[in-house]
Amino acid sequence: MGALSETETAAPKREVARLSVSTWRRIGLGLALALALVVPFWASGYHTFQLTLVTVYAIALMGLNLLTGYNGQISLGHGAFYAIGAYVTAVLVHKAGVPYWATVPVAGLVCLGTGFLFGLPALRLEGLYLALATFALALVTPQILKFKNFGSWTGGVQGILMDKPDAPWGLPLDSDQWLYFLCLALALPLFWAARNMVASRSGRAMVAIRDHPIAAASMGVNTALTKSLTFGVSAFYTGIAGSLGGIVVGFVAPDSFSILLSLSFLVGVVVGGLASIWGALFGALFIVFVPNYADQISDLLGERAKALPWAIYGLLLIAFMYLMPTGVVGLLRAVAARLVAAADTARSSRRVEP
Amino acid sequence: MISRRRLLQTTAASAALWAARGLPARAANAPGVTDKEIKFGQTMPYSGPASSYGAIGKAELAYFKKINDEGGINGRMLNLLSLDDGYSPPKTVEQIRRLVEQDQVAFIFQSLGTPPNSAIQKYLNDRKVPHLFVATGATKWNDPKHFPWTIGWQPNYQTEGHIYAKYLLINKPDAKIGILYQNDDYGKDYVVGLKDGLGDKAKTMIVKEESYETSDPTIDSQIVSLQASGADTFLNATTPKFAAQAIRKAYDIGWKPLHFLNNVSISVSSVLTPAGLEKSVGVITADYRKDPTDPRWKDDPGYKQWLEFMKKYMPDADLGDNDYPYGMMVAMTMVQVLKQCGSDLSRENIMKEAANLHDLEMPMLLPGIKVNTGPDNFAPIKQMQLQRFNGKSWELFGDVIMG
Repeated sequence: MGALSETETAAPKREVARLSVSTWRRIGLGLALALALVVPFWASGYHTFQLTLVTVYAIALMGLNLLTGYNGQISLGHGAFYAIGAYVTAVLVHKAGVPYWATVPVAGLVCLGTGFLFGLPALRLEGLYLALATFALALVTPQILKFKNFGSWTGGVQGILMDKPDAPWGLPLDSDQWLYFLCLALALPLFWAARNMVASRSGRAMVAIRDHPIAAASMGVNTALTKSLTFGVSAFYTGIAGSLGGIVVGFVAPDSFSILLSLSFLVGVVVGGLASIWGALFGALFIVFVPNYADQISDLLGERAKALPWAIYGLLLIAFMYLMPTGVVGLLRAVAARLVAAADTARSSRRVEP
Repeated sequence: MISRRRLLQTTAASAALWAARGLPARAANAPGVTDKEIKFGQTMPYSGPASSYGAIGKAELAYFKKINDEGGINGRMLNLLSLDDGYSPPKTVEQIRRLVEQDQVAFIFQSLGTPPNSAIQKYLNDRKVPHLFVATGATKWNDPKHFPWTIGWQPNYQTEGHIYAKYLLINKPDAKIGILYQNDDYGKDYVVGLKDGLGDKAKTMIVKEESYETSDPTIDSQIVSLQASGADTFLNATTPKFAAQAIRKAYDIGWKPLHFLNNVSISVSSVLTPAGLEKSVGVITADYRKDPTDPRWKDDPGYKQWLEFMKKYMPDADLGDNDYPYGMMVAMTMVQVLKQCGSDLSRENIMKEAANLHDLEMPMLLPGIKVNTGPDNFAPIKQMQLQRFNGKSWELFGDVIMG
């Protein structure tokens, strides 16, 4: 009798616990947002600039996460779309005198188109073969940017310098703060849209293709189209990030978009947490800050350790993957689940005792 | 409103204060300067595609350590914060902003690479932070009118082009010149320098210009068409792999021009040996440094000074690497600037003294080559000397030429 009543009451209690988790999540989200809004007013210009880069990379990682995390396609070439976005903005600003803010959607749309078209043939390749095709894209992009016939547009090896924009409408913000809020104002709706997309029918189709392509096809999912579209949308996000990155740094050059950029995007997505919206943010924090820490740690080892930053970076990466094999978000989820379970047992034991 | 009397009183009072402290009224010392330390910064590619140049940063750190061991400059220790940027311009911007805004360095010294320096030049000039002795051969750093806070160090590619032009105008004024250049800013700088140096005669003397892309497998067809143009003089402005191909191809098809090989590709081991030492005989180039692998300098006091430094402070380093003498000499230039600053270590004065170097000699510069800067001259080294390959090593000839 006792055992039966316990299982009966346990179900609604879990429901309560789950609700409280989502409430907690909402409170946390609100606090994070409030923090994001006030941070640039007490952080230095340099830190604001770093946080702007985090926001920019988070958008790029969100794009890659849609492709790799939700749709299961590995891209080693998203740095190429980031570069295209940055160059669309730089060329439009520099050659055509278009205001910088107007170039951001253009950069996104150009990448959407490029990504979709690249996706059509490339996505017939599966898994590792797609990874290689995108790897080639990342290798080729800096060379194309240096190509002589485009030199009058791209500025060749020297790249293109852009002026750093000031805050419009007489807003009492300095240039760093303005760019931070601009990037944040674009990141929030993009994250929101991504969240809604993965929760929608197309999002479920994406995940179904990742988990079992044959089953997805037999359920009526147009796998080729869905994969191409996912590739396009993913490139759209990364292109917007590239455009913002170009504006924030104020300079684009082929050397800014080496293969290393594409690889660090992939590292960021995996470290942050595949198939999670917030993973992109943690991944971005990782790729902005961890290389700096690695450099500083290697400095502590003395002057002759200058060759070691990547060794330290590698160790940190291994440590991260060992401690959180499902990324930062995976760890947070596991901790939250433990807390809920602990709260559950605590409550039920309290209930049972008297 | 401040009344006239109040203003006068304040002025008098502060003047009295200055007089009482016995200090001349001048700009405050730069951030990062204390009685014990001068803190300055740089970015270096310790990782990434250009990481071999990291040797330069290491040599500089080692040389400043030597200066500190000897007591620093006027009792101040030199503290160089050398950060890795992986040769990626966005990272350079981030690191330079960290150095200037967070670490509060007095100035930036020897950041490496043309694209990384391009990305930070405007920022540093807007903030009036000295951007000293950048480690790149591009010509654009010598522009004191538009960028009064940026100064170069090594001879730039145009200077080298000027030097070849000067030699030709005197020794072979009827030369028919064929040019092969890498199609980017580096290669084009040579062409601009040569044309500029030839002046009005450039149009008649240059008979053919050919270019290549770094992605090209060979430059054989360019060499053939240069030969077909009837050129008897060849400016070979190419990077090592293509330089070796060009030397070999020209020899194999029986083209024997007066051959100028750019300084970028003067390595005997990585260019002339693969091309074939016997095929490289007679090739001419210009240089400003003593080659540390050349036995001729074995007993040279400058070489010995460098060797002593290396043995004590960089015992594990490869003594054949040209980047170590380079790093030491730029660091020496910096030390000279800071010595000249005396007790006035404001950013204005540091920049002023960087542009106030006269006939500075360096242990590993070729004899007669000196560092000179001035308010209108932000290209510290403008002299080079020609040398000819004799089948074994480079042999200097002629005088030091001013580019």
